[in-house]
Parts: sequence; C-alpha cells; structure tokens
Amino acid sequence: MAVGIKVQNLKAWFGKTQALHGITMDVAPGKATAIIGPSGCGKSTFVRCLNRMHETIPDARAEGNVKIGDTDIYGSGSSAVQVRRRVGMVFQKPNPFPTMTIYDNVAAGLRLNGVSRGRELDAVVERCLTSAALWDEVKDDLKKKSGASLSGGQQQRLCIARALAVEPEVLLMDEPASALDPISTSKIEELIFSLKQNYTVVIVTHNMQQAARVADFTAFFLMGELIEMDKTEKIFTTPSNKKTEDYITGRFG
Amino acid sequence: MNASYIGIRRYLVNHLATALSWLAAALVLVPLLAIFGYLVYRGFGSLDWAFFTQIPKPVGESGGGMANAIVGSAFILLIASCIGVPLGVGSGIYLAEYGRGRFGHLVRFTADVLNGIPSIVMGIAIYALVVIRQKHFSAFAGGLALGIMMVPTIARATEGMLLMVPQALREAALGLGIPKWRTTISIALRTASAGIITGIMLAFARVAGETAPLLFTAFGNSFWNMDPTQPTAALPLQIFVFAISPYEEWHRKAWAGALVLVVLIVAAVTSVRIVASRGVLKGSH
Amino acid sequence: MNSPHLKMPSFSHSVRDEAAGSKVFPTKPASLITSGSGNSMDQLFRGALLLSAVSVLAIVVLIVSQLYLQSRLSIHQFGWSFFKGQNWDPVAGDFGALPFIFGTLVSSMLALAIAVPLGVGVAIFMNEMCPRPLRNVFSYLVELLAAIPSVIYGLWGIFVLVPLMRQFIEPFLAKHFGWTGLFTGPMYGIGMLPASVILAIMIVPFISSITREVMLAVPSPQREAALALGATRWEMLRIGVLRNARVGIMGGIVLALGRALGETMAVTMLIGNRAEIAKSLFAPGYTMASVIANEFSEATENLYLSALVEIGLALFLVTVIVNIFAQGLIWSITRGNTARSH
Repeated sequence: MAVGIKVQNLKAWFGKTQALHGITMDVAPGKATAIIGPSGCGKSTFVRCLNRMHETIPDARAEGNVKIGDTDIYGSGSSAVQVRRRVGMVFQKPNPFPTMTIYDNVAAGLRLNGVSRGRELDAVVERCLTSAALWDEVKDDLKKKSGASLSGGQQQRLCIARALAVEPEVLLMDEPASALDPISTSKIEELIFSLKQNYTVVIVTHNMQQAARVADFTAFFLMGELIEMDKTEKIFTTPSNKKTEDYITGRFG
Repeated sequence: MNASYIGIRRYLVNHLATALSWLAAALVLVPLLAIFGYLVYRGFGSLDWAFFTQIPKPVGESGGGMANAIVGSAFILLIASCIGVPLGVGSGIYLAEYGRGRFGHLVRFTADVLNGIPSIVMGIAIYALVVIRQKHFSAFAGGLALGIMMVPTIARATEGMLLMVPQALREAALGLGIPKWRTTISIALRTASAGIITGIMLAFARVAGETAPLLFTAFGNSFWNMDPTQPTAALPLQIFVFAISPYEEWHRKAWAGALVLVVLIVAAVTSVRIVASRGVLKGSH
Repeated sequence: MNSPHLKMPSFSHSVRDEAAGSKVFPTKPASLITSGSGNSMDQLFRGALLLSAVSVLAIVVLIVSQLYLQSRLSIHQFGWSFFKGQNWDPVAGDFGALPFIFGTLVSSMLALAIAVPLGVGVAIFMNEMCPRPLRNVFSYLVELLAAIPSVIYGLWGIFVLVPLMRQFIEPFLAKHFGWTGLFTGPMYGIGMLPASVILAIMIVPFISSITREVMLAVPSPQREAALALGATRWEMLRIGVLRNARVGIMGGIVLALGRALGETMAVTMLIGNRAEIAKSLFAPGYTMASVIANEFSEATENLYLSALVEIGLALFLVTVIVNIFAQGLIWSITRGNTARSH
C-alpha cells in the first residue's frame, strides 16, 4: 500500500546558503500533495530531499528527519540508492535516456539495478506504459525508436513509466508539466489523478490552477519555510495565513 | 572598400594584409601537398604484394618486405592500447565525476606535464624503468612507452565528453535508484561513447607514427617476433633505419612503409573528423 | 474541480494490485530494496578510478625519479659545468652539453621565426579571409599536417628538402646574404637550416590552431566596436582581435616552442649530427634530442649513458616549464570560453 511521509525539522543547504529552514509536515498516503510557492522558495529542494537527490549536487547537504513509511531515510542504516528505489522521481524537463529505445528506457531501472528477467520484463514494460497512458501510442515502436524521438509530452509520460517500473511507493514530480504544451499538460494531469490511487504523489508546481486541479492537499512555501498546508480547497478558498492569501490572489511572487 | 574614401595608405595596408594571409595559407599548403604527392609517387611505385607478406631481405638482394614491422607495430600498439585506454578513460571519468577538488586539479596539471614530455625522453625513462631491469629490449617496453603517451589525450577527451552529458540524465538514473557507478557507466559513459572513442582514435593515431620512444624500448628486429619480452620491429622504426641507410632498395622500402603508415593515420584522423562532425553525444539529435 | 481526469475510467484499476495479484512481476520490491549492492560497489568504482588518476601522478613521478637516478653519476661528476662544456668526447669520458643546447635553441628559434608568421597568417586566413566552403577543407589539411609522423617528415626532408637546399636555396642565400656570416661555408644540404625548416613546417599547425582558438575567444563586441569606428578589415583585426588575443597567441607560440625543443626524429635525420657550435646555418649541428636518439644505444660506459640521461632530464625540465608557461598564457585568454563544464 501507499505510504505516508513524515518530515521533521528538515534543513538544506547549497554550500553556505540555506535553502530550507526547518520544514515539518506530513504527507498523507495515497493522496496527491502539491507544493506551491514563488521561484526560489525551496519547493524543488524540498522534494529533492525526500529521495535524497539533493545530495547529488556538489556542496549540497541536508539534515533533519524524513520518514517514508517507517524508514528514516537519513538514518544511519539507510542508503540513498535504496531510498530512491522506493521514492520515484519525475523531473521538470523530460529526460529519457537518449541512447536507449522506448522499451529500454522503461526497463532501465530494473536492468541497471540487476533485476531483469526476460519475459517478465515485457509485461512490466507494457503495464508501466499503460499506466502512463503511453502504451497505445508507442506499442509498435517499442524497440525501434529511441526515447528521445518522442514528442515532449510523450517523453514526460515515458519518464513516468520509467519511474513506475521500479515499483516505487511514493512518486515525486518536480514541475512535471512546465516544459509541455497545454494538451500534453492535461494528459499528465489526468495521469497524476489516476496514479494517486496507488501511490503517494508529491507534485511541485508553479501553476496554482494545476495544484487546484490535481492535488488533495496543498502546501505553500516561501523563502525556504512552510507557511501553510491544508486541504486544497481550503488553501485556495480560505487560507488562514495572510502570506498565503497574498500569493493565491496574485499580490506577489 | 573605397580607396579615395578611407585614404590610400589604409586601403593599401588592408589589401596587403589580406594578400599576406593568403600567401601564408599557400605557403603552408605547398609542403603539405609536396609531402603527400611525393609520398604517393615514391611509395606507390615501391608497394607490392611481397611488401605486406615478407620480411626484409639482406642488403644486396632485391625483394622482401616489411610484414614483420607492420605486424610488430600492430602488436606494440595493442599493448599500448591495453595500458593507455583503461588508464586514460579511468582517470578521465575520475576527473569528470569526482575531480572538482584540489586533487583533481593536480591530476589535470600532471596530465598536461605528461602530454608535454618529449617522446625521446619517454623512451629513456622506459629504458631505465623496464629495459634495464629486464636486461633486454622488448615489445612490452615499447608498448608501455606509447601507452603512457596515450593517457593524457584520452583522459582529457573523456573528461570533456562526460562534462557535456547533461546532468539531467544522471539525475534521471539516480532518481530510479540506480547506483552512481552504474549510472556513470551505463548512462553517462554510454551517451558520451562516440566522443570518447574519437579521443582514443586521435591518441592512437598520434602514437602510431612515434619512432623516438621505440628506439631503445622495442628496438626493432629484422625478423618475426610475437613474444612481448623480445625486441620487436615497428613500422616507424624500420622506416627510420631504411631512410638513413645508403641503399637505394631500402629507400624504396622506406617510402612504401611511409605511405602505408600515413594512409593508416589519415584514415584515422578522417574518420574522427566525420564522427565529430555528426555530434559526439549519442542521441543528441 | 470538474477537470478532465474524471473521464478517465481506464486508469481506475489499480496498477499495484494487478502486479501483485496476477504474478506478472514476482520479483517484489522487497528483493529490489534488499539488493543493496549500491554503496560498496560505488566505493569500489570510485577506488578503481582514483587508482588510474593516481597512476598518472605516479607515472610522472617515476619518470622524473628514473631520469634523476640514471643521471646522478654525470651530475656528480660534472656539476653545472656539464652545461658549459663544449667538448663531447665519449672516448676520453669528457662530456659537455653546450653544443646540443646551442643546437636545440638555434633550431627551435629559427623554426619559430619561420613558423610564427606562417601560423598566425594561416589562422587569420582561416578565421577571417577564407571563403566559407573552403574553411573546413583547409582546416582538415592543416590537421593532416599535424598528424604526419616525425619520421616521415625526416624521410621527405632527406630525399626532397636536402637536395633542394643544396642545389638552389643555399647557393641563393650564400650569394645574397653571405655577408651576414650566417650563410657561409660548404653546402652539404643537411645542417641547421633544413632541420629548422622541417621543424617550422611541423609546428605551424600548433601555432595556427591555438591562434584560431584564442581569436575566436575574443568577444565580438570588440570587433563591432572597431568596425563602428570605420576601421578596415585589417584594422578591425589588428585593433579588435589581435590586440586582445596576443597573450593567447603568445601562448600558442610558446607551446609550439615546447614541441620544437623535444622534436627528435626529423631533426636527427636532417641536422647533420656534429657536436660543434658554428655560426653558419649551413653547418651541421646537433640537438639534445638527437644526440640521445643517436648515441643512447651505443653508450656502454656508465658515465656516457648517465651524461645522455642528464641531457634528457634537462630537456624534460625545460619543456615542462615551457609548457606550463604556455598553458598559463592560453588559459588566461580562453578560460571564459572553455569553462563550459557546468
């Protein structure tokens, strides 16, 4: 089953610059949670801390307590690689592996983790591409076309399929539709809506309408701090914090 | 430009400069064409089947070939590649993926120093390191000298190519829970492979014609040898020996050998250029 | 919230349940998560890479230490006078390296004197004058010039350049410039002059490619500023480009000097190999690299061998210093352009 995330006093730095100032929040299991806020508010950094991707940036570090289910991902016995297998990630710009076919892209996570099993792999690829609403468009070119030959929206759905193939429990999406056209964006949104029935989804977006459409909960970040988090309707109709209200109504940011 | 408008002196200087740059280009082309023309003219006439199949005949007898030198060169270059490619690619990956600190700069600097070492000095260093200890010249010593000379070129090419691979691809792989080593090999290295192979071929072409480092390492041999611990013939060495000999028959052999060597090197450089013009990153378009 | 996703019943079945229920994918996440090969393999991988990087350092240290160890005998015997002695007499065991240093310096400087105007001229030609379709062809040809092995330059020198020198060029020079004292004496064909000419041909590609690079690194506003002042094309190049690029071009020249100092085969085949210091460029000479090439395998006496290695050590140190200096000059111009790593 989908698992929840408990974040306590999470701080993150780039070199000497502090990007997150002690975030504490709970992400509900099997729901979509949107993170909104102006550019540079730390929302991307925050999700990158949830699967320990933050630390891949040179000189970047994070401290605090993040629990995925019952596992403390920054705890001593925990490895970044294992965390990332449980917490999938979709990035702002579609980044399929250009040297691989569509099929190999989806299979990459399993193969490169050393768990490929011929026939079963075919089924996994089909299932994940179906879940990502891409199967019908690519099923004839699976092993013929490179992942990079698809359109931008298809590439992003391929990246989602690729993330699903490793069977994550949580799916992080860092502005997954910001580089896409409106039609591709709506496809991604439909997809998020269906995915959250099986996964805990955390989506970063600068687009408030998008948050309103897809998310059950919304968190507002400002200057590396969590200002407010609540049910999406509440945030967008009757926010309790003045800063949230200013942002929602477009008074800054 | 209009002479009356800008003044006659400036007009003339401008045209003089243009003419001089054309002259320089012509002057550089002359030796190039002269060398290639003469090489083809003398070399082609001296090439025959025996050249590729027989070993040199003693002075005074006609016929014979340089088969042992061609095979010997291939053998030495194989040894060189076995040493130079892993070391070069390995240190290139290190520099690209972990080489941000002071140690990385030290390695880069040392690679530059290594790159600038005169090839003859490399020859005596390997003589001191290997030949004195083994007590005789060997194909291995020659291969080691050439292999070390390949390292800096390959390392810098590998580093440069890996740095061109978008960080987003590494993130995509890391985000799937693929370990760093696997990400580097299967994603970054694979994407940059065309460019890295280009660098390897350039390094290869560069050492393929090297003579000085082989003088007191591989040493040369008038007969067949496939034992890495024994002196071995090499094409550039043999060309040198034949060229400075007083025998017309050997001069012909030197030209034929030179033609073969240059054709191989030109082929390598040309294919590198073709690959490079198509883009060195896989799937970039 | 009446968005289009509500019309997507096809997604309502559970991806995860299907996987678990139908045994399509029996390797459950548990096996994925526990196959924790990541960390230790990462350490191993990094260690192997570190090893190859360290080996680059080790190789250079080994080379330097071997050169020093093997030349210790000669260093102790002669001290600094080794570099001042003019006598090179293996039979008497008397070794002075001055003729070789002289030969190396003169041949390299003469080669630079010929190659610098040509190399810079070719770079200007390729960047600014050359018709576009020809540019690629031309840069390919210059690249080939750099790829020809030294021994083939030597071969060509012996059979083409030397007869040309002996029959036409040297008589011409002797007739018109003999009064300088640089072009006198018997005309062998081989000697300092042909060796320098062949060296010049060999280093032109280095000078031209680095000059091109630093010229391209000059920001175009500099050119536009010059053109806007009404400069001719040459004035634009001189004021807007060459003046800004001169340090980098200097670097290219110094780098070419490093190449010339260590160049062995072609020079050995053409310079005449006689250890004496002569004023005339027609006279045979000897360089540090070529004396090693010629005599190293015959040197049976320990002191003789040691003296040759000491020449190698000196050559190594000089070329390293020259190269570092050149890299610094080039880097100071192109750093803005080449720092495209991030």
